[in-house]
Amino acid sequence: MSEAPQANARPLLKVEGLKQHFPITRGVILSRTVGAVKAVDGVSFEIARGETLGLVGESGCGKSTTGRAILQLYRPTAGSVQFDGSELTELKGEELAAVRPRIQMVFQDSYSSLNPRHSVAKIVAEPMVINGGYSRPEMSARVSELLELVGLNPHHRSRYPHEFSGGQRQRIGIARALALSPEFVVCDEPISALDVSIQAQVVNLLQRLQNELGLTYLFIAHDLSMVRHISNRVAVMYLGKMMELADNADLFNEPLHPYTQSLISAVPLPDPKAERERKPILLKGDLPSPSNPPVGCVFHTRCPMAQALCAEKVPEYREVRPRHWAACHFVE
Amino acid sequence: MSILEVKDLAVEFNTIEGVVHAVNGVSFSLESRETLGIVGESGSGKSVSMMSLLRLIPEPPGRLRSGTAWFESATGRVDLLALSRAKRSAVRGRDIGFVFQDPMSSLNPLMTVGDQIAESMRVHLKLDDKAARKRTVELLDRVGIPAADERYGNYPHQFSGGMRQRVMIAIAIACGPKLLIADEPTTALDVTVQAQILDLVKSLRDELGLAVIWISHDLGVVAGLADRVIVMYGGMVAESAPVDALYETPRHPYTEGLLQALPRVDQDRGEELRSIEGTPPDLYAAPAACPFAPRCSYAFDRCRREVPPRFTIGDGHESACFFDLEQRRPRSE
Repeated sequence: MSEAPQANARPLLKVEGLKQHFPITRGVILSRTVGAVKAVDGVSFEIARGETLGLVGESGCGKSTTGRAILQLYRPTAGSVQFDGSELTELKGEELAAVRPRIQMVFQDSYSSLNPRHSVAKIVAEPMVINGGYSRPEMSARVSELLELVGLNPHHRSRYPHEFSGGQRQRIGIARALALSPEFVVCDEPISALDVSIQAQVVNLLQRLQNELGLTYLFIAHDLSMVRHISNRVAVMYLGKMMELADNADLFNEPLHPYTQSLISAVPLPDPKAERERKPILLKGDLPSPSNPPVGCVFHTRCPMAQALCAEKVPEYREVRPRHWAACHFVE
Repeated sequence: MSILEVKDLAVEFNTIEGVVHAVNGVSFSLESRETLGIVGESGSGKSVSMMSLLRLIPEPPGRLRSGTAWFESATGRVDLLALSRAKRSAVRGRDIGFVFQDPMSSLNPLMTVGDQIAESMRVHLKLDDKAARKRTVELLDRVGIPAADERYGNYPHQFSGGMRQRVMIAIAIACGPKLLIADEPTTALDVTVQAQILDLVKSLRDELGLAVIWISHDLGVVAGLADRVIVMYGGMVAESAPVDALYETPRHPYTEGLLQALPRVDQDRGEELRSIEGTPPDLYAAPAACPFAPRCSYAFDRCRREVPPRFTIGDGHESACFFDLEQRRPRSE
């Protein structure tokens, strides 16, 4: 994989203060809003062209919601999503439709994201049908080209999703995402449902495609080992907030935020000798509910280093070192 | 002393598409206080073989084709696979504890967690209500549930995923078992919660002197927990070895491939992962060759003709492979 592109150029994607709140309602006929789940609560980051940003965190931290909000699959509650200079949150109708081909998504679950009643050819051609401007022979040729690109046999184009294994179905999902030649792809846990031996195949494919097509990835995952392998930079979220963001090596070798430190220390290593040495930083208790997050620093209820200040004041998300951001009162 | 000896276990399933040969001649033994890790991908037969030991596979569609499983129970040595229903249920509740991947489907949603833990002690240990309740609160406290006395009357939905798994562990150890079988108990949990549960299981294991069978697809979890590891592929045991030997000198091409395919959180990113090409077998036919041969870069003609037996290649180290990975040449017998 190529080296991380330089940050001086204009980023392909710039997210600022992104908030995605979902209302909690009571009552059926006279429904009223009684609260909000703050799934994403003010996150900011940039992604350079050709780069892979890994986005990690535990379930409910808002990482998938962030991906969907970028694509405008949800309309963000607040904040800005700038893609190649245009503000996506302000685009509507045809303007938004014109940008959509450039940003695509690969989903986790290839069972629910591929229509079981459609042939592979129909699934992969669908973005071209929706976007328009392709003749039937063009689409047919493009489908063959795409299947070949992701390592599937173009002769299997008339088969249905159930005839393929999990790894092959994920390849179909990737082919569909690439149909309109996007520049930016949100990969939402693309390998989590796959077996270990198949994960490596799909990750290698994603990296090869990135090199060949110059793609930019937001790679959302909870598997830190795979994120370390694939990402140029890594962002860590917890309860809707960004905790830390840094270059790959910096984040894994010198994590600054206590949450990142405990997260990395908790990953079991496939090495019995290293496992006997490993001392995981055990966190107290469970993840609080995103509908009622702790005040102050959202992590303070489980943080091994929490002090009185953490329960009162929200820590500023700041650039602690060059290109290394963290949201903690006590990081220097 | 071995407390469990499984020989030639074979299980198949009748499906619309044909007979699935899920487990084909699995043999292993487990020493007292030993932790055995069972590693494999989905469909490798790791869960089915362990569940079938206690006849937890619905029959039909499942069918136990062959096998013996001698177990050192509190009342003597018994073949788990030949026990009557009543005796089986006694062994299952008292001598062997189970923890499954999904606590929400194992726990009764309409019964308080306290009553669910107490129930097995009333049945198997003949405790009266008061004693069972007292012991339940102690257990809840021991597995790390805060305010155990108050949470006795809570229902499963009032607990988080990690807390539910703690409740499952409390049920599993309630009657003082000798053996704990855990089927992917941390797979659905977040990594920080997984670390808490692994910590709890290790301390309980040492404190209660449990033998543990830990089924997992995660080579990291098994590396930290197991004394010995069995790697399964296509319903068979591919390799079996002490934990250090398995990770340092894997002697089956599948094990070697799995370890090479894994990125590590403690190492800088390499250029490309070594992947195992192809897909796992579908098991619709009884094995007539090595199930891994179609994906194996070392395979030669014999691998496609014969089922490899398990070759002993070191102290407690066995590999079901015709290729000698150490010498890098086909094995001569």
